[in-house]
Amino acid sequence: MEWETVIGLEIHAQLATRSKIFSESSTAYGAAPNTQANLVDLGYPGVLPVLNSAAVRMAVRFGLATGATVRRRSIFARKNYFYPDLPKGYQISQYELPIVEDGSLDILLEDGSRKSIGITRAHLEEDAGKSLHEGFQGISGIDLNRAGTPLLEIVSEPDMRSAKEAIAYMKKVHTLVRYLGICDGNMQEGSFRCDANVSVRPQGQAALGTRAEIKNLNSFRFVERAINHEVVRQVGVLESGGSVVQETRLYDPDRNETRAMRSKEEANDYRYFPDPDLLPLVIDDALVEEVRGTLPELPDEKAARYCRDFELSAYDAGVLTASRDLAMYFEAVVEKLGGQPKLAANWVMGELSGALNRDGLEVDASRVPATALAGLLARIGDATISGKLAKEVFEAMWSEGRGADEIIDARGLRQITDTGAIEQAIDAIMAANPKQLAEYRSGKDKLFGFFVGQVMKATQGKANPAQLNELLKRKLGGA
Amino acid sequence: MHTLTVGEIAAGLAARRFSSVEITRHLLGRIERLGAGLNAFVTVTAERALQDAREADARLARGEGGPLTGVPIAHKDIFCTDGILTTCGSRMLDTFVAPYDATVVARWRSAGTVLLGKTNMDEFAMGSSNETSFFGPVRNPWDPARVPGGSSGGSAAAVAARLAPAASGTDTGGSIRQPAALTNLTGLKPTYGRVSRYGMIAFASSLDQAGVLARSAEDAARLLGAMAGFDPRDSTCVDSPVPDYHGALAVPLEGLRIGVLREFFDKGLDPRVGRLVRAAIGALEERGASVREVSLPHLPLSVPTYYVVAPAECSSNLSRFDGVRFGHRCEKPRDLLDMYERSRGEGFGDEVKRRIMTGTYVLSAGYYDAYYLKAQKVRQLIAGDFARAFAEVDVVIGPTTPTAAFELGAKTSDPITMYLNDIYTIGANLAGLPAVSVPCGFVREGDRELPAGLQLIGPHFGEARLLGIAHQYQLMTDWHRRMPPGYE
Repeated sequence: MEWETVIGLEIHAQLATRSKIFSESSTAYGAAPNTQANLVDLGYPGVLPVLNSAAVRMAVRFGLATGATVRRRSIFARKNYFYPDLPKGYQISQYELPIVEDGSLDILLEDGSRKSIGITRAHLEEDAGKSLHEGFQGISGIDLNRAGTPLLEIVSEPDMRSAKEAIAYMKKVHTLVRYLGICDGNMQEGSFRCDANVSVRPQGQAALGTRAEIKNLNSFRFVERAINHEVVRQVGVLESGGSVVQETRLYDPDRNETRAMRSKEEANDYRYFPDPDLLPLVIDDALVEEVRGTLPELPDEKAARYCRDFELSAYDAGVLTASRDLAMYFEAVVEKLGGQPKLAANWVMGELSGALNRDGLEVDASRVPATALAGLLARIGDATISGKLAKEVFEAMWSEGRGADEIIDARGLRQITDTGAIEQAIDAIMAANPKQLAEYRSGKDKLFGFFVGQVMKATQGKANPAQLNELLKRKLGGA
Repeated sequence: MHTLTVGEIAAGLAARRFSSVEITRHLLGRIERLGAGLNAFVTVTAERALQDAREADARLARGEGGPLTGVPIAHKDIFCTDGILTTCGSRMLDTFVAPYDATVVARWRSAGTVLLGKTNMDEFAMGSSNETSFFGPVRNPWDPARVPGGSSGGSAAAVAARLAPAASGTDTGGSIRQPAALTNLTGLKPTYGRVSRYGMIAFASSLDQAGVLARSAEDAARLLGAMAGFDPRDSTCVDSPVPDYHGALAVPLEGLRIGVLREFFDKGLDPRVGRLVRAAIGALEERGASVREVSLPHLPLSVPTYYVVAPAECSSNLSRFDGVRFGHRCEKPRDLLDMYERSRGEGFGDEVKRRIMTGTYVLSAGYYDAYYLKAQKVRQLIAGDFARAFAEVDVVIGPTTPTAAFELGAKTSDPITMYLNDIYTIGANLAGLPAVSVPCGFVREGDRELPAGLQLIGPHFGEARLLGIAHQYQLMTDWHRRMPPGYE
């Protein structure tokens, strides 16, 4: 039987506010345990939550950027359960009436077509603290620095049909929240993580299969592996006559497998009810319009502009806009260069990205800044150096931190465009290779390449290729 | 000196007839002599009181005093007081020293009041007789065999016995008004949102409201003014200006439209209390108020509604008492579950547990709609009944409680009977309305005179009007001046 995979993602994006969602404590990462937890975060008797308006604006930004409905009235609810890192014994979240509903994002499939992924809802909630089990004997430590950190939980429709699509969507959301400046996207620090709901059904069946929820996936690679593993597991269960149990599973990256955490029957009854300490969150049109006015150019808009104005392919435009910093770098190169976007795109996606990957650097920490790369590309444009030599220059710029012109001069790489000098070199080569010359002239055209190579070798690659071609053709032809 | 009202103390201090230290010492002496018998205080803050009083005297000497500078007061032990034991009447918090001041505490403090101590209360404010306190029941100064009401029973007993001129209280279902009625005090529950709840240990967040127990409407007005107002730390606190309550006391009764609540004169009402309330209404009518009967048809549903909403909220509010960060933790927990179960099992008393279990039940999957959601709908209907009534009358009036104070232990075996004691007070909480209880006479039980209370309920933010009517009534009666025998 052919099986179809159905995936929905719940992405938790930590909002990049300075203070927590219901208190004045700092949200900065990495402080000593419990130094960023005030009485509100600790859930002390008598304290009350006060909503951080910056978090609300960030949620509105996300809603507008995904074409969603921003609810003018949403409700905070209490999700009740006991856990030592949940200080109040309940998490303040949004349940029945979330701030954002009914949005969507397009993903680019491998065949180049686009697919729209529905966003059911996005709601505001507070994060819990952390339980620390390592380094303690017989007891557990609690760090409440993270307690009360604002999260936007972004819930997709079950619209994805493969792990690849899920990753494409997750990356799209990752790109978007960073464009919007609402999340730093740091997956190692847990600022961006996701739960995956995975089910399979026989190809052609309309009803959804029973799903398993895989918790707390904090890298794209883990999401892909966990989903693929889970699909194999579920198909295995079904094909051997069993049935999939609705449950929560945990992905173990070390063993590349998912393990059951708790079944539906064991699930907590969270006893959601509206939080009486917080009034309904009312958002007026003025706020929505104000936020709309501060939206940056979004990735899809940017990519469309690159295709239209720069005549880049959809693929290239997608790569260049995948991160706002990369797009900004690319645009800076084009601006400095005064055009030639295709040349700039090739270099940004090629040499630059390669060097960044190799050294594990983000684009904003590039050793060759945009102006310097534009300087190098200008030298290709004005035929000072060939594209091939430019790569050598780039490597030197990267390692030495010097400008293109400096390196070209220091290494004497200036292209030979003096017709006389090139002719001289051609003549010398022709004289030194009479046999090949005779063969060429008797019809062995293939040998043209041999002569190009020889001349280039003789000029240390500096001969202008176009000129060389033209002159060589003439001279070999006996003119 | 202990029979002086807040107004008289302020005047005496201003005229330098006595110092704040003198009256504070005098009251601390009375608390030491008489307080233990009543069990009105959990903590007496004698040192702090004398320090506050010395500072107040210094300010008064410099001419920097305000209308409450140097006036001794007590706080219900539900309000967090920085550096002072704050127990909420529970074993769970029997060693809990709050690390901050509640807004109510901070405001009264910045007004210059002197903190005498923290008063006993029903555990987590859950009770109507002050018998659920971990620190033992409070006795009614009018008859030590009887309850002072609850949950602000310690505050009521302390003010009635002239151990303090006034005290704070909180009212979730009648916890200020009912003890005020049972101890012959003026007790005001303000509009929900009028006074900040920050630092007031939560019982039922959508119903809890801080207020005042005093010996006159005039004193209540002075103290409410120093307590009310917007607080950015409480999102449910309303940002509207605080009127001059004391200045508004001189309202004429002529033209006042009073609605007598038909549903309050039911078969549960002690006819003697009913006669006293009718007589008080008659007195207001004689002074020019017009009286008509009003009906709030959904009001009889207020007790069942309340006993869904309040436990639901309490079951969640009290989850933070888990033994992890503060409060009682059991000895040698075996594991996490054992720690939760024993810490909470040992830390909470029976009534609190009953309400946590009720609340957990009504919020559970499959029961939420039938209980919590339905209760919220009925709550809207009750609020609608009041709104319709206030289109026709300025205030509604009736008894505060069905009976005068009952004997200790009389209702502890049957929670429902106890709950019905709040039948007349709960409506105002469900609708978020301000209400005041005013002394209106006495009923005789054996050789004891027991006070009864008249309740006035007003529209949202109608505190000034309520206090004005209460003050006018107190100008023509002297019920509120009567003192319990032995405490004069």
